[in-house]
Amino acid sequence: MKVAVSAEGIGLDSAVDARFGRAAYFLVVDTETMDFECIGNDALSAPGGAGINAAKAVADSGAKAVLTGNCGPNAARTLAAAGVKLYAGVSGTVKDAIEALKSGQLAESGGPTVDSHFGTGS
Amino acid sequence: MRTGFRIAIASGKGGTGKTTIATNLAAAAAEKGIAVHYVDCDVEEPNGHIFLKPQIESRKDVRVSVPQVDKDKCSGCGKCGEVCQYGAIVHLGGKNVLTFENLCHSCRGCRLLCPSDAIRERQIKIGQVELGKAGKVGFAQGILSIGSVRSVSLIRHLKQAVDSEGLVIFDVPPGTSCPVVESLKGVDFVLLVTEPTPFGLHDLKLAVELVRKMGLGFGVIINRDGCGDDKAERYCEDKGIEILMRIKDDRRIAEAYSAGGMIIDVLPEYKEAFAHLYESVWKRLKG
Repeated sequence: MKVAVSAEGIGLDSAVDARFGRAAYFLVVDTETMDFECIGNDALSAPGGAGINAAKAVADSGAKAVLTGNCGPNAARTLAAAGVKLYAGVSGTVKDAIEALKSGQLAESGGPTVDSHFGTGS
Repeated sequence: MRTGFRIAIASGKGGTGKTTIATNLAAAAAEKGIAVHYVDCDVEEPNGHIFLKPQIESRKDVRVSVPQVDKDKCSGCGKCGEVCQYGAIVHLGGKNVLTFENLCHSCRGCRLLCPSDAIRERQIKIGQVELGKAGKVGFAQGILSIGSVRSVSLIRHLKQAVDSEGLVIFDVPPGTSCPVVESLKGVDFVLLVTEPTPFGLHDLKLAVELVRKMGLGFGVIINRDGCGDDKAERYCEDKGIEILMRIKDDRRIAEAYSAGGMIIDVLPEYKEAFAHLYESVWKRLKG
């Protein structure tokens, strides 16, 4: 299964980015092979709609789940509509996050974990 | 052709005295027999009414169009999502199209580009425009609905609702972002209000950059003159910016303000000062 992880860097040892819509990168990881693809976040500095665009990019990548720190309401709605599962509250490295998912330690989030514009620093 | 004369009162910084100056200028002009309208463009928190105490004569809801997707007609091409700059309509493959009404700017791009005519428009209320009279001053204000982010659209409707051949004074929101730009569009002159503090100067510079970029004529008003340093004044000298008025840092003005009163009522000499301000702006534009 392909899983997208919000990441501060471009490798599996990068830290999970605490923000979804404003994450620096998304690593789309194949959980079987640990092969991954890195997508830059075009929406990073968008004034609004960042979470929505990030969610669409993740859905378009073929990922079936998202691992991230926090996720706002618009992104959560978009992910749900696209059939992508959301696992928020994740921290540590990308590799650790994937391992935690595989070993069943992560619980699916029922909805957004923060309000809009949480990750903009304002 | 529009013959009205439009002055905007703006500033980068909040709390410099825009509303104080806009309301006093309007009242002083009306006393001189000039047909004047005061328009409160600070639709997120309009407060000019506190000073002018208008009688509201009409209220109108302002609505904007947002897209609604007819899934039966949708071909799943995704053009609607591609054109949207705001993430207000998202194509997630097939006929899976999501809309976020709060983010829509009503540009109608999605509707225009849809090849299968699957996008209809739905009206949502974003606020109200109120029109009235405060003595001889025509009064107008916009009130943004709670939860709405469409201040720019509301300001546009508000400005269109004021049809005047006389003097129109726009009380502009603070800052230098989209609502400010919308408020300043089409005005003949901008009065930038600042105060002699580092904060006042910092934000004055941003406001000057904005009005210069918009190609608007402008001058500066220094409020609470004497309370801080002379850096704002020196900045204006260096940049060749005219200081058109100074309002002294006077406890009596602050006391009147706190009680919702006007400067021209407590310090009548300011009646002439505001009338003179109007005359000097008028001369700059006509002469």
